[in-house]
Amino acid sequence: MKALRIFSRNIRDSFKSVFRNFSLSLASISCITITLVVVAISIILTYNVNNFATLVEKDVTIVAFLDVDIDNEGRQSVSSDIRKLDNIESVTFQSKVDIAEEMMESSEVFKNIMQNWDESSSPIQDTYLVKVKDINDIGKTANEIKKIDGVSVIKYGEGMIEQLVSIFDIVRKISIGVVVALILVTAFLITNTIKITIFSRRREIDIMRLVGASNTNIKIPFILEGLFLGALGSAIPIIATVYGYVAVYNNVGGQLFSPFIKLIQPEPFVYVTSLILLAIGILVGMIGSWRAVRKYLKI
Amino acid sequence: MELIRMQNVKKQYKTGVTAIYDLSLSIQKGEFVFVIGSTGCGKSTLIKMLYREEKPTSGKILIGGLNVGKLKNSKVYKLRRKIGVVFQDFKLLNRSTVYENVAFALEIFGLPKEEIHTKVLKVLDLVGLKHKSKNYPNELSGGEQQRVAIARSIVNGPKLLICDEPTGNLDENTSMEIMDVLDQINKMGTTVIMVTHDIEIVKRMKKRVILLDSGRILKDYEEGTYTHEGIKDF
Repeated sequence: MKALRIFSRNIRDSFKSVFRNFSLSLASISCITITLVVVAISIILTYNVNNFATLVEKDVTIVAFLDVDIDNEGRQSVSSDIRKLDNIESVTFQSKVDIAEEMMESSEVFKNIMQNWDESSSPIQDTYLVKVKDINDIGKTANEIKKIDGVSVIKYGEGMIEQLVSIFDIVRKISIGVVVALILVTAFLITNTIKITIFSRRREIDIMRLVGASNTNIKIPFILEGLFLGALGSAIPIIATVYGYVAVYNNVGGQLFSPFIKLIQPEPFVYVTSLILLAIGILVGMIGSWRAVRKYLKI
Repeated sequence: MELIRMQNVKKQYKTGVTAIYDLSLSIQKGEFVFVIGSTGCGKSTLIKMLYREEKPTSGKILIGGLNVGKLKNSKVYKLRRKIGVVFQDFKLLNRSTVYENVAFALEIFGLPKEEIHTKVLKVLDLVGLKHKSKNYPNELSGGEQQRVAIARSIVNGPKLLICDEPTGNLDENTSMEIMDVLDQINKMGTTVIMVTHDIEIVKRMKKRVILLDSGRILKDYEEGTYTHEGIKDF
């Protein structure tokens, strides 16, 4: 009961002091707001780049061309041999008839040439389209498929894929590094701003100590105040994220420049991002206050 | 009954300056003691050690059985809850009302609201400021502000009230009003230790007087025996 009263008083006091020290609170809040907007933008960019990379990677397919004279049984055994390998996500069969039809549909020229071919005279080969789980091992998997009896040729964009994978890897690492660095800078900036605002309240802390407030007693209202400042400071970035991203998404129709680059669906992405922002704001606000107060309690 | 015992207390600051040399002192419960002496004689250091703003370099300070010198920083509040401290510059929260300033000292104990209300109004009545409970400190005169500070320091019923030049910023009449309040608190059973420069007050109050000089007790006058002789040098 007593602890409850003390806690509710702490909450009341921290609310009060946000408003009584309004100009200082405003300084902290705007500092949090500005840095969190930057953090929000970088989170959105990072996630989208990652998403794009993942989509591209998922699209990469190994095409295994089968021997021209392979029979039905041979096809079955190739399929089951491929499926036995480690890194296989999916295997799809495309018969030469299907491929021929697709090609003929796509162009008049093809149609003219190819309509005279029958199944036995067609130079087109049956294929298996293989998607892999981990694109980093695609070369290895391709080699293994190549060794299977009945597979004549393998195509998966050798050389280019490896380059693409390593570029995406670098982009990913850089973007995550940028976000982490930004969060650290935010923490540092906010901590310092709160430190300055608390410096002007040293007197208050002195008086609290004087009348017999324990160190915990003194810290809690300041930490709660940091929590409120963090929450208030993340409000604008959250609103901007939710409305801004949806607006951008709808405006460009969910894709950037070409249908190839797809943006992440706004839901639940914006809510997750908002939660991350709120968590950063609150955490950084609390840590900032805690560190600042601690400094004045060492007497 | 003994409330404060100081035994061979020495205080040397990190700068190398020694403020108090081998000082021993005993103060009984219910006493009213003035600590006087010229600037730099160590009187501020002496009472700062009593409310554990400073730690003695050596020696023992016992207040109500509590070894103040050994008190850890994180446990200082245990002492502060048992004593009241009043300063020359009042140390009030300017953004809080008179009522809030006084209630502050009780809220940290987690007392129920009604109990706080009763106690605060009672103590504000005692210092004659019940009608100004909703005012802010900067709307009050110096004497009134000091009375708020006194109210805050005694609201939780401390055994000991330490006053560091409480009349230093006030004119003669106002000073005497403050002294009346302190005297009244003393008569209710609280031990009062007051550091002052104001010889007029000391002469009028006729209490025990401890005269410090260069960190040592020059003379300890029993109640009513203090005369102006022997302190020409300050």
